[in-house]
Amino acid sequence: MSAAPANLGEASVPRLAPGVKLRHDAARDRWTLLAPERLIVPDEIALEILKRIDGKTSVGALCDDLATTFGAPREVIAADVLALLGSLADKGFVAA
Amino acid sequence: MSSPRPEPPLALLAELTHRCPLRCPYCSNPVDLARASAELGTAEWKRVLAEAATLGVLQVHFSGGEPLVRADLDELVAEAARLGLYSNLITSAVLAEPGRMQALASAGLDHVQISVQDADPASADRIGGLKDAHRRKLLVAAQVREAGLALTLNAPVHRQNLDRLEAIIDLAVELGAHRLEVAHVQYYGWALANRAALMPSRSQLDRATEIVTAARVRLKGVLAIDYVVPDYYAARPKACMGGWGRQFLVVNPLGEVLPCHAAPSIPGLVFENVRDRPLAAIWADSPAFEAYRGTAWMAEPCRTCDRREIDWGGCRCQAMALVGNAGATDPACARSPDHAAMVSLASEEATREADDFVYRQIGGLKPA
Repeated sequence: MSAAPANLGEASVPRLAPGVKLRHDAARDRWTLLAPERLIVPDEIALEILKRIDGKTSVGALCDDLATTFGAPREVIAADVLALLGSLADKGFVAA
Repeated sequence: MSSPRPEPPLALLAELTHRCPLRCPYCSNPVDLARASAELGTAEWKRVLAEAATLGVLQVHFSGGEPLVRADLDELVAEAARLGLYSNLITSAVLAEPGRMQALASAGLDHVQISVQDADPASADRIGGLKDAHRRKLLVAAQVREAGLALTLNAPVHRQNLDRLEAIIDLAVELGAHRLEVAHVQYYGWALANRAALMPSRSQLDRATEIVTAARVRLKGVLAIDYVVPDYYAARPKACMGGWGRQFLVVNPLGEVLPCHAAPSIPGLVFENVRDRPLAAIWADSPAFEAYRGTAWMAEPCRTCDRREIDWGGCRCQAMALVGNAGATDPACARSPDHAAMVSLASEEATREADDFVYRQIGGLKPA
């Protein structure tokens, strides 16, 4: 069962919920998050976060990686990541 | 054809068969059901899947009838997975032997949608027209979860089960479903013949909407609930299929390619067959797809409406069924001149005490 966003923190290890898949859509040359009867086209930031969700990496490690990769302040990144994951968990796309 | 080349479709509904052990009186299959001997074969379906993937389809919904009656289902699921298609099994679930869902998961299935007819077993079995069906569904739902597959429960609702909506929501949570579709019956084909036995009252509907609103808050992050107000009591029509020929195509058991599973209810439309022409060519310029694609076909009040590219005129099949003209504005729209008649028809039928069904059967509509 997916966790409520209140339970999401730096130590959480998010994974895509059962039945949710991130895949490249070759016909339209874009990435798509596929779920039952639903389809989301993530923006660039969301896509970078989603690509790092593998069921092994913690939210903290994911934020470290993004801060290094994009040379951005870690606290800004962490706020974005937790907001996105919370929203995806509410919709049942992500579990932690 | 003068129109520009359409965007590729996102989803394919693969109706593998019209055979089904259930006899639901609101079945979305056409009244003239296809017989097993006329169905597409395994190699033909594999070619359809490959053509769909190349065309740009991302999701395939294996449906029917009951897709589990097809002996080649696992093979088709595996082919969809090989092609990178997201696969969904839409099933009544009564035919799944132990281990069946695990086998489909191993073949690469992504998601299962099981229909339930009610939360009360006796009522569910009466509505589906099959003894012991409800109990068997619950066992199969457990199989789905044990196999690690995502589960959606689909509950078609109407006058004869809507008062048990809370119990249906509880059932979805108990079964470990991730999603519940509370689907008001759509009145075409079989359901149109049974409309007076199915139409809910306005007060039943308002209560249902309150229940869903509260449950969505209570179950946030646990169960997602899809719910749409039924057309007969709506003010604006649904963008049926996301617009005719815009996102979605159906291949029926005979290989005919349809813009919507109910499209055969519109007289005069001719559906091309995957046995005769590639899917991409049919999608691009088949007359049945071109008939109501875009906005050029629209009459008033749609033609000049600011919502014409939001709801795309609503549902063509409903316009046909209620106004006798598939090119008319969907009477679900409050701007339709036929809307008031539709609302009063719903209110009148909702108060009838005619609860007997005409059950779905091969051979078309016959009185019960």
